[in-house]
Amino acid sequence: MAVHKVCGIETEFGILHQNPDADSNPVSASSMLINAYVNERLNGRVDWDFEDESPGVDARGVNDHDALAPVIDSHLINAVLTNGARYYVDHAHPEMSSPERFDARDAVIYDVASERILQASMEIANRLLPEGQELVVHKNNSDGKGNTYGTHENYLLDRQTPFGRIVQHITPFFITRQMYIGSGKVGSEAPGLTIEDVPFQMTQRADFFEEEVGLETTLKRPIVNTRDEPHANSRKYRRFHVIAGDATQSEVATYLKIGTASIVLAMIDDNVLPRDLVFRSPVSAMREVSYDISLSNVYEMASGGTMSALEVQWEYLDLARKYGEDRGFDAVGGDDIGQDILMRWEDVLTGLETDPMSLADRVEWIAKLRLIEAFRDRHSLEWDDPRVRGLDLQFHDLRPAKNLFSRLGMQRVVTDAEVEFAIDNPPARTRAYFRGRCLQKFKDQVVAANWDSIVFDVGTDALRRVPTLEPLRGTEAYVGNVLDQCDTAEELLDRLGA
Amino acid sequence: MAEREQIRRPAPRGDDEVVHEAPTSSETGAELKADIDDLLDEIDDVLETNAEEFVKNYVQKGGQ
Repeated sequence: MAVHKVCGIETEFGILHQNPDADSNPVSASSMLINAYVNERLNGRVDWDFEDESPGVDARGVNDHDALAPVIDSHLINAVLTNGARYYVDHAHPEMSSPERFDARDAVIYDVASERILQASMEIANRLLPEGQELVVHKNNSDGKGNTYGTHENYLLDRQTPFGRIVQHITPFFITRQMYIGSGKVGSEAPGLTIEDVPFQMTQRADFFEEEVGLETTLKRPIVNTRDEPHANSRKYRRFHVIAGDATQSEVATYLKIGTASIVLAMIDDNVLPRDLVFRSPVSAMREVSYDISLSNVYEMASGGTMSALEVQWEYLDLARKYGEDRGFDAVGGDDIGQDILMRWEDVLTGLETDPMSLADRVEWIAKLRLIEAFRDRHSLEWDDPRVRGLDLQFHDLRPAKNLFSRLGMQRVVTDAEVEFAIDNPPARTRAYFRGRCLQKFKDQVVAANWDSIVFDVGTDALRRVPTLEPLRGTEAYVGNVLDQCDTAEELLDRLGA
Repeated sequence: MAEREQIRRPAPRGDDEVVHEAPTSSETGAELKADIDDLLDEIDDVLETNAEEFVKNYVQKGGQ
């Protein structure tokens, strides 16, 4: 029985400090941005706790001495929000690690809420800056000049699932899902390719993958990342850390990204996938799929023969449908959401096969392509015209007055009321609920928090750490009543027996 | 490889939870063209006036 696919999304945003008197310093700009939000909205902050962080541990069980373990800049701002998220400066970018989610729909709610928090941060920071200066945040993954920054997904897996099985089955899925999760990009940033070779591609990130499997996240990026840092009971769980995806503003794209991967990973936990769906050259296929916007390529498979990217996706969808019939979709949040994911998955595959432009209100790269083609047509512009590049960039600009995506009338998956609530409140069905509620109610007694514990200072004895090693405990159902009934942190700790 | 046996039903529409304001694929090409023309008119007003400069200055440090 597959482990419940608790999931989460971390996004590094692009940032620019527009200042006529000085060059943009992304680290100080990111700090200003987050400080502005935390000071105004949180009225004092609770810091992230670095106990138990070990991003250099490799899931393959080997010690890769050539790999660069990620560096954590602990001296920079690093706050915990009342919705359970971590909001901090990482690698010269503002980063939001949004709270653990129960299913793909919750994932969309908190992803959009993260955008709103970044927008609010910009608005507050820009009020504080001198006239003529402005912080600008983009939800994208590349500056178009060869620099990329990530949007990572995380999924809970069974510790018993062998890592080799994960690699084998998820790689073809990641290569081909680019057709519906990409946010689109003008040109290519891969060495040696010109605008004539690749005028437009499906994803922001495909240019940057150079390995099939590895620990790195900042260079020689692998399609499958092996970071083994469960942030949960490590005897029972893995956290599968995915670096091969784009930040998406399209709710349908985000929903499908999380929903389809959750189902495929549940099938991997349960070992129901066939062994022969493997690309002969995964790294080159990753790029070729992204560059093939006419969807006409076929790819050599390791077992002989060729398949198109769509045929591979239809295969996964067939297997997912059968999996749902045989075992149900409890692992991804229940049969209702499981069937809804299947329906929308089939919807985009059908559209890609018959009339990709019919997906311009759902699939982000198609929405962008349609807009850029119309713009080029109206103004008779070549692909490498700066105005075309400018349109591509401004598509992702999170300033409401400048953002182009929000003008496209894209399909929604969630409601504004749900997003509004999620800005300040945690999801009810994961341990993020306990973290968020404790911050709302007992902020002055919470010294620090992280994914798998919260540290309290109730003034009497040593600091008291409450572990939260089970991602599906600490939910509203488990602790909602207790949290409602306790007036002090001390009372809460006594009731919890902590 | 699993035998291909699924029937490709016509794409169903989204469920009740979805707030649909968006154009649906039943729209004709002419309607879509009119939509995009309106959108381009709107966008001309919000596009960065100096796109070349903005694009040139948009340099990010690499991240993860």
